[in-house]
Amino acid sequence: MSTPLLRVRDLTVAAHGDPIVRGISFDVEDGQCLGIVGESGSGKSLTVLSATGLLEAPGLTIGGSSVLTDTTGATEIIGASRATLRGVHGPRVGFVFQDPGTSLNPLLDLERQLTEGPETHLGMTRRAARRHALELLEAVGIPDPEQRLRAFPHQLSGGQRQRVMIAIALACSPSLLVADEPTTALDVTTQAQILDLVRGMQDERGMAVVWISHDLGVVGQVADDVTVLLDGTAVEQRPVQEIFASPRADYTRTLLAARPTLGDPRPAPAADAEPVLRVADLDVSFAVRTRTGTRRIRAVRNVGFTVPRGHTLGIVGESGSGKSTIANVLTGQVRADAGTVRLHDADLLATRGADRRDLRRRVAMVFQDPFAALNPRATVERSVSEPLRVHGLATGPERTRRVADLLGQVELPADFAARYPHELSGGQRQRVCIARALACEPDVLILDESTASLDVSIQARVVDLLLRLQEELGLTYVFIAHDLAVVEQISHEVLVMRRGETVEQGPARAVLSDPSHPYTRELLAAIPPAEPRVRSSAP
Amino acid sequence: MTSTRPSTRPSALRLLLRNRVSLLGCLILAAVVLAAVVGPWLSPYDPNATDVGNALRAPGAEHWLGTDQLGRDVLSRIVAASQVSLRVAVVSVSIALVLGVGIGLLAGYARGAADAVLMRLVDVMFAFPVLLLALAIVAVLGPGLNSAIIAIGVVYTPIFARVARASTLSVREEPFVKASLTMGTGHAYVLRHHVLPNISGPVIVQTSLSLAFAILSEAALSFLGLGVQPPQPSWGRMLFEAQGFVGQAWWMSVFPGAAIFVTTLAFNLVGDGLREVLDPARRTALAAQGGRS
Repeated sequence: MSTPLLRVRDLTVAAHGDPIVRGISFDVEDGQCLGIVGESGSGKSLTVLSATGLLEAPGLTIGGSSVLTDTTGATEIIGASRATLRGVHGPRVGFVFQDPGTSLNPLLDLERQLTEGPETHLGMTRRAARRHALELLEAVGIPDPEQRLRAFPHQLSGGQRQRVMIAIALACSPSLLVADEPTTALDVTTQAQILDLVRGMQDERGMAVVWISHDLGVVGQVADDVTVLLDGTAVEQRPVQEIFASPRADYTRTLLAARPTLGDPRPAPAADAEPVLRVADLDVSFAVRTRTGTRRIRAVRNVGFTVPRGHTLGIVGESGSGKSTIANVLTGQVRADAGTVRLHDADLLATRGADRRDLRRRVAMVFQDPFAALNPRATVERSVSEPLRVHGLATGPERTRRVADLLGQVELPADFAARYPHELSGGQRQRVCIARALACEPDVLILDESTASLDVSIQARVVDLLLRLQEELGLTYVFIAHDLAVVEQISHEVLVMRRGETVEQGPARAVLSDPSHPYTRELLAAIPPAEPRVRSSAP
Repeated sequence: MTSTRPSTRPSALRLLLRNRVSLLGCLILAAVVLAAVVGPWLSPYDPNATDVGNALRAPGAEHWLGTDQLGRDVLSRIVAASQVSLRVAVVSVSIALVLGVGIGLLAGYARGAADAVLMRLVDVMFAFPVLLLALAIVAVLGPGLNSAIIAIGVVYTPIFARVARASTLSVREEPFVKASLTMGTGHAYVLRHHVLPNISGPVIVQTSLSLAFAILSEAALSFLGLGVQPPQPSWGRMLFEAQGFVGQAWWMSVFPGAAIFVTTLAFNLVGDGLREVLDPARRTALAAQGGRS
């Protein structure tokens, strides 16, 4: 076999002397896709970014070797000068990052951002670069590229922005594309489109791709070979088919088992449970200021549902579908224009004063991002006991005891009470958030994408915890998510939303196994299947 | 993840003193405070006793830091002045801190009309040159040390208001603030427990800077005869009295200047250290570094 495009040997990264990446070797062949899988903190981004010379930070020491060999020649990346790296980044290696919202410069139009690379690296004239940019936009599937060239990033949707990022990465026709969790911040349907796009571009241009992800399902859809990382060490490095069919490392098996897949809906609970939460004819709109004056956007239109005690309603939809707005109405953060929300027999929207405070206590919420939902300057004890303090429910030693109880309920040791959020992992933080939500013994728990930002294996454990808590405490859940596979695991009923309206609604089993609306079918089809994709053009 | 056990996490104060630079700042400040408190009993001469026969003596065995144009002992005057200068700095900056952070918190948290009104007021105050505004305030209140303190406090309020507002604006959008509000928490609780601790970093930096500037502002006001009244000494007053004698008696300006310099430096060193150790995440990192070395 010829020299691989990127040959990495014994790569190590250490921060202030602490090893983070402990000697990783891999090859990326021409035209091939290498998937790198691991949980957050496993060193997957550090590995790839240091191997491609993008990593530079005080206190970081990088060792080993990484040689890039393409038509330009062979270049050792580790320890290369900045001038050398400037010649590598762009024309030889292109990058796509996780958050398309912050990876584009908000003050420059697309033309400027797309022509920058070709003008510097390929010596194109302004006009040629513009023509090139048009071709690129068309290639990544941006409609009406001529118009879009003058657009600014904020005028694009998340998926379009990620397409533009890919176009920028491909602008100088690199031989290697590094994609660092490029679909994690996107909806499932958009994710499926981006996966298709990158596969298409790869086949068309014969370039190599390194795809970093925490989601083995996504990697299964793009990669030829997979490297599984755990604590900075490669635990398994094999072709994707073999990894899925016969994983050798225990950790790989855990990862595969933790993946939520469609097909095992929850058994329906007793049907005669009393309704706890009843929402009817809910309408919510926001005033949006535009150049032509104030316009009202209807975020939620005529939505209604009933959730009995001990049941879970899953609300599914893409970003902008209005599902989070419903959560905000239920927790009193947003005022509804019309409709009723009843908790048992009390009207949640009409009640005022002390009764309202009392009602608020019975609806608690767990947020998406456990890193941001906890005050970084407050101890776990302080955060978990906050609802108790605010509502004057427990004081002194009783409060301390309650906090210990709550931590026990979410399976955290009691001595975690003295810790600060930065001393906890993502899963532990989300457990603390759940403990805080449980502090006032609520009837209803609103889970707004509460598992979306967690790694798959941790997500599975948090889902298990939620299921157990529901059974023990008889909680009623409203579970808002875009990942249908997780929704199926936890929901008894499902409500599918699109652009503020209910598209489909009914028992989880019926909606997910026999969807009647095309949009629901589209959402289901976008979930990465349990099996890896068979590549016809495998070398 | 760091495996710091809660019980072994060092306290903020211990970490502050473990840092050599902050420790130096703390020691200097302690010395200055000590001088201010017990100095009057220790200093060799009465700071206001004139001895024209011994005017403009160079530093020597009898007068360690020399004498001024009226034969007053420079060392005794510096020690006596430390009390005035420290009081001005601490009290006036406290006024500015409380007023400014209050305004900034309110404006940044409430936004809308309250923000517009409060911040336009702050802008108006900002538009005046610092000294001019202080002069106007002293003119209204009448000259004297207390007027000077109030004037300096008011003059530095807008800076604190801006710093506090800017940080508040970003902190109030954090999900943990929203999370707290969904529990039915009152705004006062949110401000006190969630916003205030998280804006403390920039505010502390601003405080240490302002303490230094307050000493200088007092010097300027005293020079104009609006602050400390003669013959009571302050570092600033001494500097300005010395200006006519720079050529003949360098010690008259160098030593009070050095006192201002060292104290300002100490305030900044301590401020920097405080900002670090009050952040729990930095505290863990510092503890880990300390444990290794």
